[in-house]
Amino acid sequence: MRRTTIIAMAVVLGLFILSWILRSASYVTVQEHYLIGGLKVTFSAFLTLAILSFLYKDNPFYKFAEHLFVGVSAAFWMSMGFWTTIVGNLVPRISQSLSEFFQVPYQPGSYNFVYFIPVILGIMLLMRLSRNRGWLARWPLAFIVGTTAGLNFVRYLRSDFMEQVSATFVPLFVDWKGVGYFISHFSLSASGQFVAIVANWVIFLGVICGIIYFFFSKEHKGVFGAASRVGIWVLMITFGASFGYTVMGRISLLVGRITFLFRDWLGWIS
Amino acid sequence: MKRQIPLIITFLIGTILIFSFFIPPMEKLEQTSTLFFDVIAVFAFFLGGGNLLRVHFNKLRRRKRDWGFSTVTLIGFFVTLAAGLFKIANPGGIAASPTTEGALLQEIFTYVLIPLQSTMYALLAFFVASASYRAFRAKNREATILLVAAFVILLGRTPFGMMLTGWMPDSLSVLQVPNLAIWVMNSPNLAGQRAIMIGIGLGVISMSLRLILGIERTYLGEEGA
Amino acid sequence: MLDVTFGIPLVVLSDVGQAISLLLIGGGLLWIFIRSLKAKEVDRRVVFLFIFFAVAAPILFPITFQEKATPIVKKLFDKVESLPAGSKVLIAFDFDPAMAPEVQPMANAFTRHCLVKGYKVIFMSLWATGQALLTQTLERVVKGEFPEKQEGVDYINLGYKAGNEGVLNVIVTNFRMMFPTDVNGVPLDSTAVFDGIKSCGDLDLIISVGGGKPGIKEWVLFVGDRVNVPMGAGVAAVVAPQLYPYYPKQLLGLLGGVKGAAEYESELVKHYSRFEHTDTPGLRMMGPQTLAHVVIMAFIVIGNISYFIGRRRERRR
Repeated sequence: MRRTTIIAMAVVLGLFILSWILRSASYVTVQEHYLIGGLKVTFSAFLTLAILSFLYKDNPFYKFAEHLFVGVSAAFWMSMGFWTTIVGNLVPRISQSLSEFFQVPYQPGSYNFVYFIPVILGIMLLMRLSRNRGWLARWPLAFIVGTTAGLNFVRYLRSDFMEQVSATFVPLFVDWKGVGYFISHFSLSASGQFVAIVANWVIFLGVICGIIYFFFSKEHKGVFGAASRVGIWVLMITFGASFGYTVMGRISLLVGRITFLFRDWLGWIS
Repeated sequence: MKRQIPLIITFLIGTILIFSFFIPPMEKLEQTSTLFFDVIAVFAFFLGGGNLLRVHFNKLRRRKRDWGFSTVTLIGFFVTLAAGLFKIANPGGIAASPTTEGALLQEIFTYVLIPLQSTMYALLAFFVASASYRAFRAKNREATILLVAAFVILLGRTPFGMMLTGWMPDSLSVLQVPNLAIWVMNSPNLAGQRAIMIGIGLGVISMSLRLILGIERTYLGEEGA
Repeated sequence: MLDVTFGIPLVVLSDVGQAISLLLIGGGLLWIFIRSLKAKEVDRRVVFLFIFFAVAAPILFPITFQEKATPIVKKLFDKVESLPAGSKVLIAFDFDPAMAPEVQPMANAFTRHCLVKGYKVIFMSLWATGQALLTQTLERVVKGEFPEKQEGVDYINLGYKAGNEGVLNVIVTNFRMMFPTDVNGVPLDSTAVFDGIKSCGDLDLIISVGGGKPGIKEWVLFVGDRVNVPMGAGVAAVVAPQLYPYYPKQLLGLLGGVKGAAEYESELVKHYSRFEHTDTPGLRMMGPQTLAHVVIMAFIVIGNISYFIGRRRERRR
């Protein structure tokens, strides 16, 4: 190991221990297990700073944190899946003795034997790890693909197609009481009639032109091309709005992390 | 046979789930099939974990580059798995939720997983800022429209926008940046997102049909495998 | 805390700190602008440091703003406010730690609102991490602020189930098939909360908090549109624009990002004096959010100005 790496690790370890001592000292009057409390917060802060160190350049601390994340995350989801679904839904239906062991209410039923089917399919799925028996995993994969396709077919057709098309047919003349009324009450008020009418026209034409843009089977020329161009502009506004919201979202995450560092770790804010 | 049976399974289960939506007496069959799906999903988690073990044990055994970090992954994996499966230090015992306050799994989640995952995504804030300075250029009309819309939203979603344009009278209130931002979201953004949603919806519908009818077979892997 | 350390009143320290921060940020932006005009590169690590400072300064020296709920948030607030007594509301914690800083304040605000109105609240999650984050809300908000509420009578924690939309496809017609017990193994039939609830169709309101998959989209597709239950959502800012097509027919209200959380919290504080001194992280985060937005916009403007100047110079050559 290079000398600079050893020095860096020694410095980090020293700061870690110092932070642990200081944090624990601040918890003495507040918590019973103040040493463990101090260690937990210090370790969290260390992991946070290890990830942030990537902004300077890739380094062993970042790699440590990254690899730890992968392992812990995989095991967390496995544990949760086991207890909530295998023990919670499968065990009560297939075995009374196991139900008693896990202290979950047994659910007797005449057709409970069918619940061995997902167990068999699940074991076949694990065969994917085997070089010779990997083809067995195709059966449960087919089941997963078929379920997803079957479920999505109807729901997307209704909610993301029919309902959306229906919602696009908005009234193009909102609260219409005649041209005279419209002109006499014309204003750029956010709650006014003109703004509401423009909004509905934008929605109606925007959706149509946006869909026209995605129709690549016909050349975008003439009226079709002009509509496609309007569609691009509408989509650019959409992407601009998405970018604005994305910035907001990412900044919020950073605010959350810095708040943790300043409040829970350093104690600079209450 | 290795490819025929999976195609038949996909067809059968897909068809059952489509028809059960329209035929209420098939509801129980639909629910049972979906419950099977949920159980198999957990085995998919186990598969993911198994694959992780295989990759990292392989790296360790062959002393590949950065093999030392693979030990970190494996230690983190086994400690968390033990904490979760055996409900170590869980005040409620075997019947309680695995994430009961005070349980080792919940402590690992709070003090390891939360800082790691949130900070990984918080890094994106820095890259967004860097991209704003280096990459977002109004090179043409479309890019300019995108940037103007982004500006309206960025200003409108903070109190700063109201400070700048709050003086405008009610007759021009749509030009106040916060109101303009609301109008942008409720009109052109909605139109564009709806167009995308309809397009994706049609894509999902056609892909679902292709999968159920066996026209799309890429999920089965290569021929002869 | 800094005021205790330095013995200076918090208000003065905060004002001085804000002024210094704004001066430094303004000065820094000017420096970047001048360097850009001279066609000199600004190292990306300087940009990173800048954004860190722009976010950190308002956290150390808080800048607070008043928030007014926009119509899309107000509609959801009014719906929760107007439900009859004893209504059954489901709140789904469909998020992970990556989204938690944005959406957990929303989830906490919804929880407070429903409990203070006396509704029966059903908590569940489609994400394993959601169940762990739900535990935090239960400890801090439910047990911490509403100790009189009883589990099983006023609220219930169903926890997480694997299967994404598969879970929704079962509970839309039969809750007990997917959740025979709550997260602690207590059968649903023995709880008062689940009296009269067979499926999602028997609920009065469903609120999904999250932003990934599975999330509000799956709730709308698999539950909301199927059984016509009113649906509301609190989502991460990244996902919010994509859900506008569902508003207002399929989603009666939507909280987008920290701003949405801040608006809902401010409505809650306005309507209920008991929440005046409750921690409002959404409102608190708007200060750093605002300054960071200004900095990002300045970066875009400076970057474009230097781009156009550079392009003009090249054309002259």
